[in-house]
Amino acid sequence: MPIISTSKLTKRYGQLAAVSNLTLSIEEGEIFGLLGPNGAGKTTTLSMLATLRSPTSGSAKVNGYDISKQRNEVRQSIGMVFQGTSTDDLLTARENLEIHAMLYSVPSDIRKKRIDELLALVELTDRANDLVKHFSGGMKQRLQIVRGLLHHPRVLFLDEPTLGLDPQTRAHVWKYIERVAKEEKITVILTTHYMEEAESLCNRIAIIDHGKIAVLDTPTNLKKKVGSDMVKFVSNNADAKKIKSLKFVRKIEQKGDSYLIKLDEVSKNLASLLKSAGNVSSVEVRPVNLSDVFIHYTGHEMRDEEEGGGWQGWER
Amino acid sequence: MSFFEGAYAIWLRELKTYVREKERIISGLISPLIWLLGFGFGLGSSVSVSGTRYDQFIFPGILTMTVLFASMFYGIYILWDRKQDYLKAVLVAPISRSALFTGKLIGGVSEAMVEAVLLLIIGYFLGFQPTLAGAILALLVLTLISVCMTALGLLVGAKLSTPEGFQLVISILIWPLFIFSGALFPLSNLPSWLSLLTQLNPLTYGVDAVRGALIGQAAFPLYIDIAALLVFAAAVIYAGILSFGDLQQEK
Repeated sequence: MPIISTSKLTKRYGQLAAVSNLTLSIEEGEIFGLLGPNGAGKTTTLSMLATLRSPTSGSAKVNGYDISKQRNEVRQSIGMVFQGTSTDDLLTARENLEIHAMLYSVPSDIRKKRIDELLALVELTDRANDLVKHFSGGMKQRLQIVRGLLHHPRVLFLDEPTLGLDPQTRAHVWKYIERVAKEEKITVILTTHYMEEAESLCNRIAIIDHGKIAVLDTPTNLKKKVGSDMVKFVSNNADAKKIKSLKFVRKIEQKGDSYLIKLDEVSKNLASLLKSAGNVSSVEVRPVNLSDVFIHYTGHEMRDEEEGGGWQGWER
Repeated sequence: MSFFEGAYAIWLRELKTYVREKERIISGLISPLIWLLGFGFGLGSSVSVSGTRYDQFIFPGILTMTVLFASMFYGIYILWDRKQDYLKAVLVAPISRSALFTGKLIGGVSEAMVEAVLLLIIGYFLGFQPTLAGAILALLVLTLISVCMTALGLLVGAKLSTPEGFQLVISILIWPLFIFSGALFPLSNLPSWLSLLTQLNPLTYGVDAVRGALIGQAAFPLYIDIAALLVFAAAVIYAGILSFGDLQQEK
């Protein structure tokens, strides 16, 4: 039984439909991503699932509870980590967790142990008694993530978990998310507009644009359906016939000594390809990525300055 | 989840953050002290009102003013929490709207009453020396006034979206409430068309009871004052709990 299922979930603000007829189901234990540009409806969807906003129409169940009729049961089943920081700066890290533990009825006899456990999980033990206003963005984010876990929820919602963090901190936060998902055995739903994040963390991704799901599948399947990886190399004695015969090669284009090869699973097959490529003086590898998937299904680019872009001459 | 545990968690957080911002405690006392020293002593020796020296007459009013301002402005912290985004984390918790409201209410009343007690102590050394029984009764009435006004401030805070908006609305509400409550002058001085305003003002009954407790001068019997305050409190608390429910789940 899916841990989250929605049926035609819709949220309208006047004439504007922020979320339209959203229907999906999420399996227990998945790390599931909602990928889309700003304004696509990701946060609104999450807010409805967390019962912070009531839907205009449609329904959804989280952990078996109806989001409209069993609000408190849903809230007890989920942990929510908001965009930006929602920690109390005037309290220490430990106090932030203590107050939250009380709000979620974590029994007082296990409270301290649980807090210590979670602080250790995100390596904040030595800063437990410092005021959060002295924390960096990354530290506040880590604190928020474990704050959502105090009461052993079945599902953790993360809204843009690495927004505004530098690349190194982002990589660390991904590491914590994976560790947390594994150790707590929970389902994770995250929203993001970072392709990399969706690709590296998620088991399945739903691409959302203008309030609707454009496509939903695993990153691998999405990429396979959309196109092939590409390799460009320069060589004066490549064996073109041999290359064409390789079973993973889909297409080969040649211009003098420059070759453009379309193939499957470049990470597996690059070595074999290059064996038939002779004296290779330069190689460029361009795996298909989610940007291509996004453009394919929505007809336009993500509109975000963050990733992709700049691949002139790599038209598919 | 337990109502008491939830309300307690909210109150505990309020208290901890209040104690860490000592400026809040001190700044809450500055205004009333200036009024007391200025109007109280300034007019005190030369002016008598209803047979009482003005500084004695005005002290219960100033005490009420302290509680009024501290209580009503407390609601602004909802909007600071909102700005800091901390509010969302509280709103998504499985806490009932009444537990959430109650925790905030008790937080605000606690803070306002700290100011009241401090002012009573300072007042003692400035020459305002009621009987112990009178002081205790006054504090009880002030607590009830604080409940009314904190609830009102929370209701306004829940309906608005910025701290600036809150300051505007509360300023518009708070001055008529205070001026036409009998805190500064006897209401019998006013022409009858203004009288109506004062009779509809819940603070009128509050000031009357506090003054009755501290210097023995009251226009209404105590039970009427208490009843009026209780009715007002019930209405505002009800509206406040509903507004918190709307905060927890936006339509």
